[in-house]
Amino acid sequence: MSQHAAHEPEKVDAATGQTIRSHEWDGITELNTPLPRWWINIFYATIIWSIGYWIVYPSWPLFSDYARGAFGYASRLEVQADLDGLKAVRAKQAAGLEKASLEDIAKNPDLRRVALAAGRTAFGDNCAPCHGQGGAGAPGYPNLNDDDWLWGGKLADIHLTLENGIRAAGNDKTRMGMMAAFGRDGVLKPDEVRMVSNHVRQLAQLPTEKTYDAAKGAAIFKEHCASCHGEDGKGSLEFGAPNLTDAIWLFGNGIEQIVETVTNGRQGVMPAWTGRLDPITIKALTVYVHSLGGGK
Amino acid sequence: MSVLGADDEGPLYVSSKKVYPQKVTGPFRRMKWMILIACLGVYYFLPFLRWDRGPNLPNQAVLADLPNRRFYFFFIELWPQEVYYFTGLLVIASLTLFLMNALAGRIWCGYLCPQTVWTDLFLAVERFFEGDRRERMKRDDAPWPLPWDTMKRKIAKHFVWLMIAWWTGGAWVLYFADAPTLVKDLATFKAPIAAYLWIFILTFTTYTLAGIMREQVCVYMCPWPRIQAALTDDHALNVTYRYDRGEPRMSVKEAAKVKLAGDRAGDCIDCHQCVAVCPTGIDIREGANLSCIQCSLCIDACDNIMEKIGRPKGLIAYDTDGNCKARIAGEKPVYKPIRARTLIYVAIISIVGGAMLYQLATRATAGIAVMHERTPLFIRLSDGSLRNAYTIRLSNKRPDDRPFALTVHGVPGAEITVPEASPTADFRPIVVVKPDTTREVRAFVTVPKDVPLEKSQDIVITASDLFAGEVVRAKDHFMAP
Repeated sequence: MSQHAAHEPEKVDAATGQTIRSHEWDGITELNTPLPRWWINIFYATIIWSIGYWIVYPSWPLFSDYARGAFGYASRLEVQADLDGLKAVRAKQAAGLEKASLEDIAKNPDLRRVALAAGRTAFGDNCAPCHGQGGAGAPGYPNLNDDDWLWGGKLADIHLTLENGIRAAGNDKTRMGMMAAFGRDGVLKPDEVRMVSNHVRQLAQLPTEKTYDAAKGAAIFKEHCASCHGEDGKGSLEFGAPNLTDAIWLFGNGIEQIVETVTNGRQGVMPAWTGRLDPITIKALTVYVHSLGGGK
Repeated sequence: MSVLGADDEGPLYVSSKKVYPQKVTGPFRRMKWMILIACLGVYYFLPFLRWDRGPNLPNQAVLADLPNRRFYFFFIELWPQEVYYFTGLLVIASLTLFLMNALAGRIWCGYLCPQTVWTDLFLAVERFFEGDRRERMKRDDAPWPLPWDTMKRKIAKHFVWLMIAWWTGGAWVLYFADAPTLVKDLATFKAPIAAYLWIFILTFTTYTLAGIMREQVCVYMCPWPRIQAALTDDHALNVTYRYDRGEPRMSVKEAAKVKLAGDRAGDCIDCHQCVAVCPTGIDIREGANLSCIQCSLCIDACDNIMEKIGRPKGLIAYDTDGNCKARIAGEKPVYKPIRARTLIYVAIISIVGGAMLYQLATRATAGIAVMHERTPLFIRLSDGSLRNAYTIRLSNKRPDDRPFALTVHGVPGAEITVPEASPTADFRPIVVVKPDTTREVRAFVTVPKDVPLEKSQDIVITASDLFAGEVVRAKDHFMAP
C-alpha cells in the first residue's frame, strides 16, 4: 500500500543525514538521494558535446549513404594514409635494391637488412612449400642451408636459378640436366643397374653388396655416368650433376634408392620465377637464400 | 572534531570543511622548512647537474633517456633489461618506510611526502597573501561579492600557486631530455608537444593537489594511512597528546584553585593552539587518528604555550599510548627502538641493498644471448660434418667500439664461424659492436663427421673482448640426428 503525504515535515535519516522521501510501503521508506549535481551537469555536458560529434564525425545513416561529417573524416582514410606512407617508405627501399648489384646488397648492412626481411617473407610464401620453412629441404627438394649446390651457390648462380628455374617448362633460359632412366629405357640391364649403383656407393665410401665387382662397376660408370658426373664422381655444376662422393644425397643413398634413381632417372623441377615475382623480390630472395648457408 | 566522523551516531558522510592552519614557530617548523628547501632544491635543480661520461653519452647526471632506452644515474647506466634494479629500489623504499613507521610513525607523511612538502609551500603562499588563520577565516566569511582587497589577494595567490605548479611540471620533463637544451626549446616553442603536455598535466595536478585538495589527499586518497595503521605496534612512537599529564583540562586560574583545594589539575589549558595549527584540521587530543600526518606542528604550538605559562614542555610529544597508560598506573614508560620488528626491517634492507650493490659492482658491461635456429635444427654438409645455426646478440654497454672474439666449447672439434665477420689469425671470428648498442649476427657451429654425437649436447658460446678482456658466456645446445 502506498501512502502519499506531501505536507508532512521532512524526516531526516539519522545514519546518513539524508532526507526521507514521503513514500512508504508497509513501513519501508526510501532515502532521497539524488545524483550529485556535478555528475548530472557532466551528463548534460556530454549530451551537448555529442552534438559536436554528429557535426564533425560521420554519424547518421541516410537512405543510400551516411552523414559524412563536416571535415569528411573517416578512420578508413587514416588507414589508407598509413598504407600509402608505408608504400612510400618501401618504394625507397625497393629502389635501393633495384639499383644495387647483388654483391653490394649483401655487403651493405642497410640494404642487406631490407633484402633479408623481404626475402624471408617471399620465401615463406613461395619457396617453403617445397624447400621447407628455413630452406631445410626434403627428399627431392634441395636443402638450401648446406654447402652443396647442384647449379652453383654464388649469388649470380642462385639469381639465375630463381629467374629461370631448373627444367622449367616454357622457359628458354632454364638450365637442363638429364638423369636418364637407364633401366627403364633398356640401356642397362637390371644387374648392371645394381652393379653401377653399388659402384656409386663405393665412391661415397659406403658399404657395398657381396655381388659387387669393382672392375665391372667402374667400367659401367665410365661408359654411362662419367660424362656428366665426372670420372671421379664429383659431379658437374654445368649439368647440375650431383657430387656422388659427398655426404649429401638429394634422393637418398640407400642401395634401393640409388637403383631406383638409375632405373627411372630423376628430373626435379624448379619453376622459373620471372613473371611470377617482380625482379626486386627475386633479388631479395637471392640474398636471403645465399645467407641461409653462407652460399659458396 | 576530526575530519573523519569519530562518533558512531553521526552521519556517514561529512562534507569537507576548509582548514585554516595557523602560523607556528619552533624547532619542528624550522626542521620542516629545511627539509622542504632541500627536497624542492634537489627536485628543481638536479636535472641541471652535469656528469661526464665521455664523448658518446649524455652528460646529464640524472636522465631517463626514453627514445634510446637508457637510464643514467651519476655513474650508473641502466639498460631496459636491468629494470629489476628499480624493483630492488622499491623494495628498499617500502621497507625504509616501514622502518621509519616502526621507529617514529608517519615520518614520511609529516616531513618528506611530496604532498606535504608542496602543500606546506602553498600554505605559506596563502598566508603571505591572505594573512594568518583568523584573517583568512574572516575574509572567507564575508558575503559575496568579496571585497576587492580580498579578491586581488586571492588572484595573486592563485597566480603564484600556478607559477610554482608550472615550474614543478617544467622540472619534471627536464629529467627526460638534456635539460639546458630542453629549456631553450621550451622557451622558443620548439620542444616536442609531449613536453608541453606533461608540463600542463603536472601543473594541473600540483595546483589541484597542493592548492585545493590538500589534506583531503592524505585523508581520502592516500592508501598509506590504512596500511600504516595495520603495520604499527605498541612501541612505535607517534605524535601523542600525553593525556596522563594533560587531563583534566582547565584554565590556569581554575587550575590554581583546584590545586589549592588539593585536587589534581591537568596541564592542558584547552587553548586549542594544537587544533589551530593542524594542517589536517584535527584535534590531536582525541588520540591516534587516521587523519594525523604527524607533522609535529602541534608539538611546536603546545611547547610555545607551555613556555609562556611556565609549565614543562612536551605535553604533546613523540610518545606512545602505552606509556601514557603506564604513567597513569605509576609504572615506568618503556622506549624500545631496538626490537624484533626494527631489526628485521634493517636486516632485510641491508640484504637487498647489499645484493644490489654487489650486483652493480660486478655488473658485466658486455652481454651475450644465443638462440638456436630451429628450421632446420641441423644441416649435414658435403664432407659429412654437421652444422647448427645460431642467432647471437652481443651487447656493448661501454662508450667505445668493442671487438668480441667468439669461441665454442663442449663438443670436440666444434668450430664457430660468422659469415659476416672477419676471422683473426687464430681463426676466431671477430664481431665488432658499436658503443652502447647491441648487434645481432648469425653464427654457424660445425662439428666434424667422426665425432660421436647424441641427439643433443650442451655447448657454451663465449665472447671475449679483445681489448678489455671481459668474457661473457651463453649456454645452448648442439643438435644432431
